[in-house]
Amino acid sequence: MILARVLGNVVATQKNSRYGEARIMLVQPINPDGAPRGASMLALDSVDAGEGDIVIVVQEGWSASTASTGEAGAAIDSAIIGVVDSVEQDTRKIETDG
Amino acid sequence: MQLARVIGNVVSTVKNATLEGRKLMVIQALDGDLRPVGKPLVAVDSVGAGAGELVFWCRGKEASFALDGVEAPTDCTIIGIVDSESHVKSIATKGATKGDRK
Repeated sequence: MILARVLGNVVATQKNSRYGEARIMLVQPINPDGAPRGASMLALDSVDAGEGDIVIVVQEGWSASTASTGEAGAAIDSAIIGVVDSVEQDTRKIETDG
Repeated sequence: MQLARVIGNVVSTVKNATLEGRKLMVIQALDGDLRPVGKPLVAVDSVGAGAGELVFWCRGKEASFALDGVEAPTDCTIIGIVDSESHVKSIATKGATKGDRK
């Protein structure tokens, strides 16, 4: 999973029927220290995340599909599965290349 | 599967119900020489790993098989704690030596 910040939601009336009622969110992947990394991406919401929230995004099809729609097999590869309260990082443990 | 160092933890109250009670750790994947590979990830812990420990983890759908029959949405699960770092380092050194001979 990765950490990301929710930038907002994308409204799409015409979309794959198996998406159901799940909201499509635009998220910016971040490092544990909060710095953005890489390009923003879309993820379906399963925990009622809101704009500005730091969230946990799973990037695997089965997990994303079952978490956000309740069943496997929908064309979804990323979903928000948790809202982060805090991240504790001990940078002394290792120098990351992020 | 890959080696990784546990470099922190994530606290999340609102999360998928199947992940309740599970520890979420920040890990940095490592190569055989214990050098960082890629960016830090969030992993579900299935073995009781703590900060600073050398662990190995599994990616993809298979990561959800490690959680005692409960198939939780995870693509990154810590599935083992490495006992001896020096042993890993010695294997890596051997590998490098073999490579030099080619």
